Amino acid sequence: MSKDKKESVIESSIKRKYKLQANDVKVWYDDFMAIKGISMDIKPNKVTAFIGPSGCGKSTFLRLFNRMNDYVDGFKMEGEINIDGSNINDKDINVELLRKQVGMVFQKPNPFPKSIFENVAYGLKIQGLKDKAFLEERVESSLKQVALWDEVKDDLNKSALALSGGQQQRLCIARTLAVEPSIILMDEPTSALDPISTAKIEELIYKLKDKYTIVIVTHNMQQASRISDNTAFFYLGELIEYDKTNKIFTNPEKEQTENYITGRFG
Amino acid sequence: MRKLKELVIERGLLLSALITIAVTVGIVLVLSIEAINFFSEVSIIDFITDPEWTPLFSDKHFGILPLLSGTLLTSFIAIAFAVPVGLSISIYLSEYAPKSFRRTIKPLLELLAAVPTVVYGFFALMVVTPFLQSFIPGMSSFNSLSAGLVMGIMIIPYISSLSEDALHAVPNSLREAAYGMGSTRLQNSFKVMVPAASSGIIVSIILAISRAIGETMIVAIAAGQQPRLTFDPTVPVETITAYIVQVSLGDVQHDSLEYKTIFAAGITLFVFTFLLNTISYRIRKKFQEKYE
Amino acid sequence: MNNIRKNRLKDQAFKIWGIFCTLLGLVLLAVFIGNILVDGIMRIDWEFVMNLPSRKPEKAGIYTALMGSIWVLLLTTLIALPVGIAAAIYLEEYSKKNRLSTILEVNISNLAGVPSIIYGLLGLEVFVRILEMGASVLAGSFTLALLILPIVIVSTREALKAVPKSIRDASFAMGASKWQTVYHQLLPASFGGILTGIILALSRAVGETAPLIVIGALAYVPFAPSSPMDEFSVLPIQIFNWITRPQHGFVENAAAAIIILLLITFVMNGIAVYFRNKWQKKFK
Repeated sequence: MSKDKKESVIESSIKRKYKLQANDVKVWYDDFMAIKGISMDIKPNKVTAFIGPSGCGKSTFLRLFNRMNDYVDGFKMEGEINIDGSNINDKDINVELLRKQVGMVFQKPNPFPKSIFENVAYGLKIQGLKDKAFLEERVESSLKQVALWDEVKDDLNKSALALSGGQQQRLCIARTLAVEPSIILMDEPTSALDPISTAKIEELIYKLKDKYTIVIVTHNMQQASRISDNTAFFYLGELIEYDKTNKIFTNPEKEQTENYITGRFG
Repeated sequence: MRKLKELVIERGLLLSALITIAVTVGIVLVLSIEAINFFSEVSIIDFITDPEWTPLFSDKHFGILPLLSGTLLTSFIAIAFAVPVGLSISIYLSEYAPKSFRRTIKPLLELLAAVPTVVYGFFALMVVTPFLQSFIPGMSSFNSLSAGLVMGIMIIPYISSLSEDALHAVPNSLREAAYGMGSTRLQNSFKVMVPAASSGIIVSIILAISRAIGETMIVAIAAGQQPRLTFDPTVPVETITAYIVQVSLGDVQHDSLEYKTIFAAGITLFVFTFLLNTISYRIRKKFQEKYE
Repeated sequence: MNNIRKNRLKDQAFKIWGIFCTLLGLVLLAVFIGNILVDGIMRIDWEFVMNLPSRKPEKAGIYTALMGSIWVLLLTTLIALPVGIAAAIYLEEYSKKNRLSTILEVNISNLAGVPSIIYGLLGLEVFVRILEMGASVLAGSFTLALLILPIVIVSTREALKAVPKSIRDASFAMGASKWQTVYHQLLPASFGGILTGIILALSRAVGETAPLIVIGALAYVPFAPSSPMDEFSVLPIQIFNWITRPQHGFVENAAAAIIILLLITFVMNGIAVYFRNKWQKKFK
């Protein structure tokens, strides 16, 4: 095997091993440095949880993976974010296509003020897909994946705003699934929901990781320990510790991590 | 392909926004070019100092002072009426009135500003002047008093609405602090709320002045068409705006000196309102920063 | 003790004064509308609406002026709407904070404060003379369109601003482009608010007199306009003309025409308030 070929094999095996990679990422908002040089690798088909006190940069960091910070005034970034080995901040990367591959679910359920059907079909429609049978099929399968189909199948034309908070959040997940991303980013997806809805979403996340790579920001440490495979602890714009969830919650390396998960600050 | 489409759309939207700049440039150019033509025939010193304005007579005088005094007189009357009333309304609505009353009364008050000004002109000429004449026997049927008062009614909502917004924006903690010290609503209103909301209130008054100076139809109908340098509110006067209307209605040759006078009058008006608007914009920006 | 009672009395006195002031403007408006109704309501009939202008007050009608107003209103809408909404979308959704956006902002705020008669002078020079439209419906519509442009822009921006940021986030996160987000989400969501602003702007346009007088719109037009290049009059100019005539019959006509103009204005304002209330509920 030639040297070049060997390297490319190694490279592609890294690609398979790591879905998302960050290399020495720094972020500023005007003069404020929000992320102070973070590198990390995220494995495919796993749930990775970001934890840390408010303002530690975990949400900012999450939003780098689908470039949602682009529209923020004063945002500036250094370093590299790779998905499947390619840099998503390259000039020839189409940010719209990137976001089809990297779905996002937000803190507060944010359905569009349209019908349930229109919400789920939106991502497909803006790609120019018009075939009705196809759209219907995809809407149905997406709603089934989030276990919402039985609850809403007769009300597809009703406003999504009429659903309960938990249903709205599952709808938002279905909306994301409909465009078949490979990665789903979740920014505290259950913080606005009641315990029962939260349980349903957690169950769903557990189920979804077979098909998707999931990164979830959460304030709720029990949640992180219940559903994630790996956990990263952020503090003041730095990645303090990143390891198997089990390890982080039972035997953390760093004192700061231990203080946080035992509730001594944060 | 899609990127191109997005770019074309963005440029189109930007172009629409730039039209607003073109409008301003257009106004400034049109007014100054015609005014420069005017001042090549009439000395600017005469324009500022001559106490007579008679461009339509055979003995022509081009002193803007009579028109300016007419404008200032009617505006002064309007403001003198509208400021105390409008401010009282805003304080009453924000500090005294029950919420439901406020919600119903505000749109009704704003209706005052929605009535076409030609309608107010009719009101001033046909209702207010005859009413005032029964108190002031020597009053002419065209006068600045009734035009000014009716203009005052029209600008009440400008003052009351904007001032009320400003009072409303004062943090509730300040209000509670004042009540906690045992002050009455009146003391709280004038010693705490009004000073705290002062910049918003000043902005509302400046905008009202600017509105009064530029108002046309009420004064054209009710104040008369006799330019004269006076501060007597019972006699006919002519404002800058009314003069422009008077010339526009008549048969004036384009390119004649008479025609150019309306642009000279117009630029005078524009300069005044522009200054007032700029001042109010500055204050508003500063004020916004204060609470953000 | 005495001092406290005095303060309470003053407080009560101001409350009564406040109520008096609040009602003053409204009572005056009511008195005035009552007066107009007495003067003019008997004059309104089908013939008054359908008759052409005339030297004899009892034969004169508002048909040409009413048609002129409708023409001007339609054309003004056609011109001001796309430009105003597009400019607002640019300022609210596209422009970054820089010198240009500051200049645009200051400029629009200034334009909103320019007296309407100045727009008349602009229209006279640019549309009537340089572009040789004459004192036509089109020239009048362009003039009024520029006049209401700042109002349309400001109210459209307010409406866009009221759409929660989460809707934008959701749409962008789905891979929608800026324009797709604006077109599919923001415009439908802010429709009610935009509509409110536009109706209010148009109700302002329908009552405007001075700028149209300045561009040379006529008080006496024998026929209703049939094309954008025709001469025209509008309702407020007709009213102004009748007010300035000495015969009493014309005063009656003016009052009758005012009733119709006020009706149009108030109905438009009513519709606007209705849409605003309905729309505000949507995001609460």
